[in-house]
Amino acid sequence: MESYIWLIPVLPLVAFLITLIFGKWWIKDSAHWLPILAMAGSFGLSLAAFIQIRGSAEPVVVELWRWFSVGSFQVPFSLQMDQLSSVMCLVVSGISLLIFIYSKGYMHGDTGYYRFFAYMSLFGFSMLLLVLAGNYLLLYLGWEAVGLCSYYLIGYFYHKPEAAAAGKKAFIVNRVGDFGFGLGVMLIFVTFGTLDYVGVFQQVGVGGIGEGALLAIALLLFMGAMGKSAQFPLHVWLPDAMEGPTPVSALIHAATMVTAGVYLVARSAVIFASVPTALLVVGIIGTFTAIFAAVIGICQKDIKKVLAYSTVSQLGYMFMALGVGAWAIAIFHLMTHAFFKALLFLGAGSVIHSLGGEQDMDKMGGLRKRIPATYYTLVAGALALSGIFPFAGFWSKDDILGSVWRDGQYLFWAVGLIAAFITAFYTFRMIFMTFFGKPRMDEETGEHIHESPWSMIVPLIVLALGALLAGFLGLPGKLGVLQSFLEPVFGSANHILGIHEHSLAATDYVLMVVSVIVAMLGIVLAWFMYVKRTDLPALAGRRLQPVYRVVYNKFYVDEFYAATVVRLTVDGSRWVWRNFDEKIIDGAVHGTAWLWQRAGQVARPVQSGRVQNYLLGMFIGLFVVVTVVVFL
Amino acid sequence: MGGTPADMAIPVDWYLYLSAALFIVGAAGMLIRRNLFIVLFSLELMLNAVNINLVGFSRFHENLAGQNFVLFVMAIAAAEAAVGLAIATALFRNRQTLMVDLFDRMKG
Repeated sequence: MESYIWLIPVLPLVAFLITLIFGKWWIKDSAHWLPILAMAGSFGLSLAAFIQIRGSAEPVVVELWRWFSVGSFQVPFSLQMDQLSSVMCLVVSGISLLIFIYSKGYMHGDTGYYRFFAYMSLFGFSMLLLVLAGNYLLLYLGWEAVGLCSYYLIGYFYHKPEAAAAGKKAFIVNRVGDFGFGLGVMLIFVTFGTLDYVGVFQQVGVGGIGEGALLAIALLLFMGAMGKSAQFPLHVWLPDAMEGPTPVSALIHAATMVTAGVYLVARSAVIFASVPTALLVVGIIGTFTAIFAAVIGICQKDIKKVLAYSTVSQLGYMFMALGVGAWAIAIFHLMTHAFFKALLFLGAGSVIHSLGGEQDMDKMGGLRKRIPATYYTLVAGALALSGIFPFAGFWSKDDILGSVWRDGQYLFWAVGLIAAFITAFYTFRMIFMTFFGKPRMDEETGEHIHESPWSMIVPLIVLALGALLAGFLGLPGKLGVLQSFLEPVFGSANHILGIHEHSLAATDYVLMVVSVIVAMLGIVLAWFMYVKRTDLPALAGRRLQPVYRVVYNKFYVDEFYAATVVRLTVDGSRWVWRNFDEKIIDGAVHGTAWLWQRAGQVARPVQSGRVQNYLLGMFIGLFVVVTVVVFL
Repeated sequence: MGGTPADMAIPVDWYLYLSAALFIVGAAGMLIRRNLFIVLFSLELMLNAVNINLVGFSRFHENLAGQNFVLFVMAIAAAEAAVGLAIATALFRNRQTLMVDLFDRMKG
């Protein structure tokens, strides 16, 4: 395994370089082959590593070369393969592969076809590097690289001002989180003298590290995770990121990159487990985000925005699980979510594709018979997201709620349950508005509705199977394959927290039944409002006008930022421009010029242009020199 | 030639007075006269003042090197006069005057 791990990220990197250099002139419309093949190779290797790492108690660390070597600051360029990395590798490369194949159909005929696949490959490389990194600095490198790819791909349609602005927003908001993450990495080095996972976790396990330092490290790392995983209050960039092409939304802004924060916290489980305060913060932020984003999701009209808020909300669930030390379950939900959210996005992309680019759900409806393959796969995704037995989302979400209950955080549990209800409601609101009722698109669009090509349908079907079956990897309690697979990684963290495997008890079954009933209620309510009595949503909107407006405007978070942080920055920058830049910097430059101009004016009469005057000067000078030499 | 400085008919300081007087006349002429030709003549005066100086000391020290220099200076002065006069001719063609104080186009 040591011999080939490095190939997992490098294959997409090679594909990126070749596609970028030769794409425009030479490869052009067949730019998809190389990235797809490279990603398939990475997937195969991830699978091989996954099989080999099974049951290995120790992580496999491969030092490729020494990256930094400055005094005691030693950072190797090392890749670490353990159970967590291998699961992440499989998810990332597998979902990437499917989405690359889907993109072949979806992006067909786009002018930047090669550019799209080049950046997608670069993203694949960065994300695989992120999950395979063997120390925090390399993780940080991958972390920034995925952010960069995200920026490129959100702004893929760069001629659209909204897309360019959304890319910038994503980048800047992430910078806030990454600032914390960067400080956290530095603090780790200061505290432990090393950045290697193995070394750091060993020292934390031994103990003797100050509580304050650990708390600061944990919170700073979590700050980075909040930015990348779009947790409140840094969630604002993710919905805007939907300006990118739909495969990008599916891959980067739903399935993989945004889960990097969850991965980071799970990876640092030992640190978080040692400071209960930090865990509580993670849990509170996660739980709040879960319900906050779900509520916003109710009122969105853009199909991709609904899914974006849903993603934020589901990421909140993952952090809720992390907050009670259910590391493996958070990763489990990450995995199932990758399946069904990628499916939902790709399905939404298929809908948008069939309607010639329409994203507003008010202009959809009645598509069930027109695009059946998309319909059935999308419903599978919706059922998984809502948490209906036996779809993947049921198992993972229920595991989360179960572990929150067992930890005694009943408030988290209750909020999570309400969020589950809302999730089911807005998900099926989306399904019903899109596929049921009367068609609301204009006639010309209506005539051109067509089912998507096979390259798009096949990934949908594969993902739908995943959304149906992936849940059986993580059955609750001792039945969970995934949980016991990940045990070597999270063993020491669980030991610190005193969490043990539990057998299924009556409460678990009760909780499961409750959550399914709640989800069913959400679906029924959606059905009632959007199929049965289609006048109800408008009525409710009028009755609850003030509430509706606040929610529709996403609780005015963007406006709040615009009025405070952005305003302050812009006004402050303008002040600096007017006062510092123009007055001091420009003043210094102009002042220098002015000084010499004045000096020239003073001195110019000396240059009379008359040879005799100069000669007189020479004589006087000579006289002085001779006088000095001779008489002094 | 011959004899010692002691029995020299004319003492060396006389040469120096003459040379200094010539030099001052030349320098004054260069500085105050307006006509370019006069300025050039004044220059010749100054050169020849130096020549007298050299010859005087050459005799005083009984060393012919000084007179060597004089020959050089005379050759150079001839060349300089040729160039100077050529410039004067060209100037006159352009400006129809040889008054030096009118040539102040390089005024800053």
